[in-house]
Amino acid sequence: MDQQPILQLRHILKQYGDFRAVDDVSFDLPKGSIFGLLGPNGAGKTTLIRIITTIIPADEGEVFLNGERLHERHPEIIGYMPEERGLYKRMKVGEHLMYLAQLKGLSKQDARRAIESWFERLQIKDWWNKKVEELSKGMQQKIQFIATVVHKPMLLILDEPFSGLDPVNTELLKDEIMRLREEGATIIFSTHRMEQVEEICERIVLINRGKKILEGEVSDIRQEYKENLFEIRYQGQLDLSFESEVQAIVENKPGRLVIKLEREEDSNALLRRLLDQGIYLQSFKEILPSLNEIFIKTVNEKTETAVV
Amino acid sequence: MKKLWLVVKREYLTRVRRRTFIIATIVTPLAFVLFFVVVAFIFSYQGDKTKRIAVVDKAGLFSEEAGLADNGSIHFILENRPLDTLRANYKEENLSGVLYIPPITNLYAGSYTVQYYAPKSPTLAVETAMRERIGKRLRQYKIEQFGLDEKALKAIDSNVSIDPEPIDESVKDNVSKLASSIGAGIGSIMGIIMYMAVFIYGSMVMRSVMEEKTNRIVEVMISSVRPFKLMMGKLLGVGAVGLTQLAIWAVLIPLLTSLAGLFFNFEPPKMDVSDMPDIDPNQMEDMMLLAMQEIRSLNWWFILPSFLLYFLGGYFLYASLFAAVGSAIGDDIGEGQSLTIPITIPVLLAFYIMFSAVESPDSSLAVWSSIFPLFSPIVMPARLAFSPPVWQVLTSIALLLAASVFFVWLSGRIYRIGILSYGKKAGWKTIIKWTFSKM
Repeated sequence: MDQQPILQLRHILKQYGDFRAVDDVSFDLPKGSIFGLLGPNGAGKTTLIRIITTIIPADEGEVFLNGERLHERHPEIIGYMPEERGLYKRMKVGEHLMYLAQLKGLSKQDARRAIESWFERLQIKDWWNKKVEELSKGMQQKIQFIATVVHKPMLLILDEPFSGLDPVNTELLKDEIMRLREEGATIIFSTHRMEQVEEICERIVLINRGKKILEGEVSDIRQEYKENLFEIRYQGQLDLSFESEVQAIVENKPGRLVIKLEREEDSNALLRRLLDQGIYLQSFKEILPSLNEIFIKTVNEKTETAVV
Repeated sequence: MKKLWLVVKREYLTRVRRRTFIIATIVTPLAFVLFFVVVAFIFSYQGDKTKRIAVVDKAGLFSEEAGLADNGSIHFILENRPLDTLRANYKEENLSGVLYIPPITNLYAGSYTVQYYAPKSPTLAVETAMRERIGKRLRQYKIEQFGLDEKALKAIDSNVSIDPEPIDESVKDNVSKLASSIGAGIGSIMGIIMYMAVFIYGSMVMRSVMEEKTNRIVEVMISSVRPFKLMMGKLLGVGAVGLTQLAIWAVLIPLLTSLAGLFFNFEPPKMDVSDMPDIDPNQMEDMMLLAMQEIRSLNWWFILPSFLLYFLGGYFLYASLFAAVGSAIGDDIGEGQSLTIPITIPVLLAFYIMFSAVESPDSSLAVWSSIFPLFSPIVMPARLAFSPPVWQVLTSIALLLAASVFFVWLSGRIYRIGILSYGKKAGWKTIIKWTFSKM
């Protein structure tokens, strides 16, 4: 991985009247990563994205793309698929993509070549002369995606890219996103679908009420927020004589026990005691919190402290 | 610049290629021509079948030489048989009616009644034909009986017309009475074209902005093009569509009208000069010639370029405002109606002022309105044919261009925020706030 981050945000501030949409947000985006920009509705994600895509200027702070301060020609190396997206209904697919590609600075020939190769890859060669309004919603999403990546952007910003897609097309799109990353693109992925973030992203930033409240590698964050919960699956009669040594028994069902330990190091001792009991142990594993849980927890915590 | 050009090209081509544009551009002149053909047909309509009317002339007004001329499908027959015979046999003789002209007893009587015997009361055309013929003959008869000189009689009534002349001797007299009515005609045509252009192409721009917002493509667009460029591209593209349409009409309408004239062999609706004793047919012809001369003598090298400038200035001024309003409207066009009112009011006012301006092109209302930039695109073209002072035209054009630059800038400020605001219903208060706020 390259040493220099592709994107650097330094103390970004954006205010609308009395409302701080983005409040002193800074983070770095390493080159070639898949980055999750998370936050509840109205947290300031879209505003932040609009600042990065030069649609709106920040009131304070600086954005560096590839080490350069953000300027007018930068949109040509950014591909942005907004959450609110659409196409001109009456235009033909090929013509439409040519238009958008040329607006991104591609020459006519390059645009045609790029679009044709995408058509080939997605097996939609005969769509060139179809009108956009004749396509289904999922098909339009494909066109939208081609429009976003046709100019081979270094930075790809996808806002809720899978909304409205069926599982087949979602998988297809995921594969294409992964492929683009392998070709060197960096991807910002904005969503509130946490299971997708867990699956795709390596790093995340969590934003709430305009402020950054969490940042880091997905695996680190899950480690950090873990509560030393362990799940035991077994067959036979379990003796709960160790109850006093654990912090709490969270769940106790026939065949399944969830306990909370004071320290994670205690897990070895516990496992030994369980083995000594002579029951048939099927599994013993640590439960890491899902991003969804962390998301809800941190958002609520911060909101509460903000209220107090 | 390259991006602006791409936007202009798309806006222009998608519209010009659209079926509705092609239909509107070709059907409008056709409808226009059809209208004239229908009008010409109505004017030359002769009634369905010949009406035979027997005339019993006891007054001796008519004779074989000075007979009752037929009028289209109305055929008059001078009869010697008595009235009763004709009334009894009208069916067998296939008569529509019998006209009885009683003897004249009092030459000084101002009114004179004749009887018409028929199963039905006469149609308007029949009644008019009978009245006109008898009236004319009666006048002739009275002139003869009184021994008057017909020429002297004609000379008694005079038409007084007032020809405005400049008081300053050094100024050339260029306004004749005829010229002013021609000026009024040309002026109102140009004013009406401007009025329609502002509304048609203005709302075209507005719909186009709204379409991008409802389609949700606008955010995709402005991640590659600055909002101001996008708006300018729209204004220029639609403006070019407007000019194309006007140019096609300017060629097609006269062409089709004259073709239709040749093909249907309709004469343009004209007044039947012979029926108007006051106007000499020769004089009428002279007037037409004079009018043509008058039209040709107008300074078209000044009028047409000025008209084009007013078209462009007026278009940019109002279309940019329509773009701003379009960006503030959500998905609901009904909501937009209240926002367009402040734009339509000055246009409507200008339209009414225009009619007063062609009546009296030098009134202070006309002069000031034709300089005020919100009215001038409609009012000044209406005055152009009256050769207004050059300084007024130049001032008004300069003000208009400055104002349209200002309004395009202002609308750009509203537009850049409006296109990104979804769902909210923006009132004028919000819109004004947008112009001062940052992005």
